[in-house]
Amino acid sequence: MKEDEDNILVKVEGLSKKFCKDLKTSLWYGVKDLSTNLFGNQKQRQLRPKEFWALKDINFELRRGECLGLIGHNGAGKSTLLKILNGLIKPDEGKVTIKGRVGALIELGAGFNPILTGRENIYNNGAVLGFTRAEIDAKVDAIIDFAEIREFIDMPVQNYSSGMKVRLGFAVAAQMEPDVLIIDEVLAVGDVGFKLKCFNVLEELIKKCAVIIVSHSMPQVTRISTEIILMERGVIVMNESANSAKAIEEYYKLAGKSIKTEFGNGSIEIQEVAINGELKEVVDLEFDKSFKLGLKLRLFKPIEKLSVKVTFYDVEQKPIAQLSSINDNIIIHNINLDDEMSIDVEIEKLFFNVGVYSLHLVVRELNVHNKEVDILSLIRSVKSINVIGNTYYSHSPCLLKGSWKNNLTSD
Amino acid sequence: MALETRIYQKENNVKIFKLLKQSLADIYSSRFLAKQLAVRDIKAQYRQSYLGIFWAFVGPLTTAFVWIFLNSSGTVKLSDTGIPYPVFAFSGTLLWAIIVESINSPTSSTNAAKGIMSKINFPKEALVISGIYKLLFNSSIKILLLLVFVFFYGIGFNWSLFLFPVIIVGAILFGTTIGLFLTPISMLYKDIGKIVSMGLKLLMYVTPVVYVIPKEGIMKTVMEYNPFTAIILTARDMVFGTSPEFLNYFIVIVLVCLPMFFLALLFYRISIPIIVERMSS
Repeated sequence: MKEDEDNILVKVEGLSKKFCKDLKTSLWYGVKDLSTNLFGNQKQRQLRPKEFWALKDINFELRRGECLGLIGHNGAGKSTLLKILNGLIKPDEGKVTIKGRVGALIELGAGFNPILTGRENIYNNGAVLGFTRAEIDAKVDAIIDFAEIREFIDMPVQNYSSGMKVRLGFAVAAQMEPDVLIIDEVLAVGDVGFKLKCFNVLEELIKKCAVIIVSHSMPQVTRISTEIILMERGVIVMNESANSAKAIEEYYKLAGKSIKTEFGNGSIEIQEVAINGELKEVVDLEFDKSFKLGLKLRLFKPIEKLSVKVTFYDVEQKPIAQLSSINDNIIIHNINLDDEMSIDVEIEKLFFNVGVYSLHLVVRELNVHNKEVDILSLIRSVKSINVIGNTYYSHSPCLLKGSWKNNLTSD
Repeated sequence: MALETRIYQKENNVKIFKLLKQSLADIYSSRFLAKQLAVRDIKAQYRQSYLGIFWAFVGPLTTAFVWIFLNSSGTVKLSDTGIPYPVFAFSGTLLWAIIVESINSPTSSTNAAKGIMSKINFPKEALVISGIYKLLFNSSIKILLLLVFVFFYGIGFNWSLFLFPVIIVGAILFGTTIGLFLTPISMLYKDIGKIVSMGLKLLMYVTPVVYVIPKEGIMKTVMEYNPFTAIILTARDMVFGTSPEFLNYFIVIVLVCLPMFFLALLFYRISIPIIVERMSS
């Protein structure tokens, strides 16, 4: 028990922080706080006019080797929480206890002066991060090699590309040996190769310390976190271990729907889009079950042949899968040139991971050579599906089914 | 292995000596940072300019020239200073510039570090110390020029000249202490900086910078009470080897400033989180 207690590197108890909505008032409160501060600031703080709780009653503990992923939408209070953990601002209620060296990957290249050379700025940045001269002397070559800018190291930093600057900043920061590491969305740096390198460094670091990471990228969060906290308007909405899809599902639900937009050349109208027979805006779908799409079209001019394409987008608006009549070698015919037609398509098993996906629908006319010509109708976010019913969650959008064999327990 | 434990909560530690101990420990642990920041700023300042060091004294030099011209052309009539007027005027404006720079130093150092202060936790005392390093550097350049003037005008060498740097250190201590007290508030309101710079401009005229203390009248009383007078006159006396009339007053100022400086440092230390909270990141 004692040992367990020792392993808790970060302990947050009943933490609250308030902010003021109005600048002038905020400054005036600042002056007042400056003076009350001198006398220890023991009085209980209540909300003064125009103030609100940016954080309210936050509690959690973190041990060495654990990684806490903080998710939530803009303004949920994640960065404020990080600032308090980093000791930059003080809480208004509650207490934070942190053991050991705290490292923050929040701003890369702090203390850089653009006129000075890369080498000089390694010393500036290192000093700000708390290294001694001897430490930097010993690490300077490792830093330059890691950043891969030996050729330009004696050039003023203002001539660096932004990628080079960030690489140098990360290379210095990567030399930290913290017990508690705070990361705020800095991982999207540099090109693909460098990003990979950063991840490797981080994964090494994470093993040795307690990590708190803020990110909007769910794959990233699920990849490295052991625990996930979802925040909304300054409070913890959900606190789950990372493999549980719940917090992420909730996060996506809070994201709000994407807005349906539509355009076409006016020759057809899509009257009805049904998913598994349902006409709702968001249709719940069981994982690994069938997906049926039914379209009803009204045609205002004679169209003989057309194609239909449905693209599935994840919440971050990245396309993850497509269903295309052309790819399936299907020509949708309208032989009698009716002014109404219906099209049905089925996917036997939809193996998307749990989460919300939006559907984009494109209907195009085909010419005599079965080549796609005019776009008859294009609807973005025509419907959304919410895949449910699977307890497993991973950071990739699709889950494949495999037939497994194992030579030791073969039949 | 025992890990260092930090606790962040609303209440401040009001035990002044414990706070002071932490502050001093931070100054010690951030000595490299303070030096590095000063070196960075000085290097950057001179690397991007051809005239370089010239700018360190061009301000006081122009003010001095204006007064030298006003005096020599008979536009204004100044009472006799006892020493060649150009040296008198230049020594005055130079010392004045050092004090003004010291007052502005903590605020400008803190302001320049705004960006990193809201992102990274480092001992903020390093900013104050790096400001002092920069002041010492800039002041020593100014002093060198003053020495050129002194010998050029045939004032000659005095043993008391060796005490001159000590007086300058006193002046920097005096200015930095005032500046430190002002910094937290002037970080919140821009008005403070403007009031201070305007106030200092006016204050220069009730300080014997470019003329001596009048023999009688209200100006004499004001000037004699003005602590800036004590600093400027004592420094000047050290250069010219005249007997320092205000030496006692000067010593009192330094003795008062010493504890005040540490008090200001503590005020600065506990004010930083409140300022960071109200700063754009």
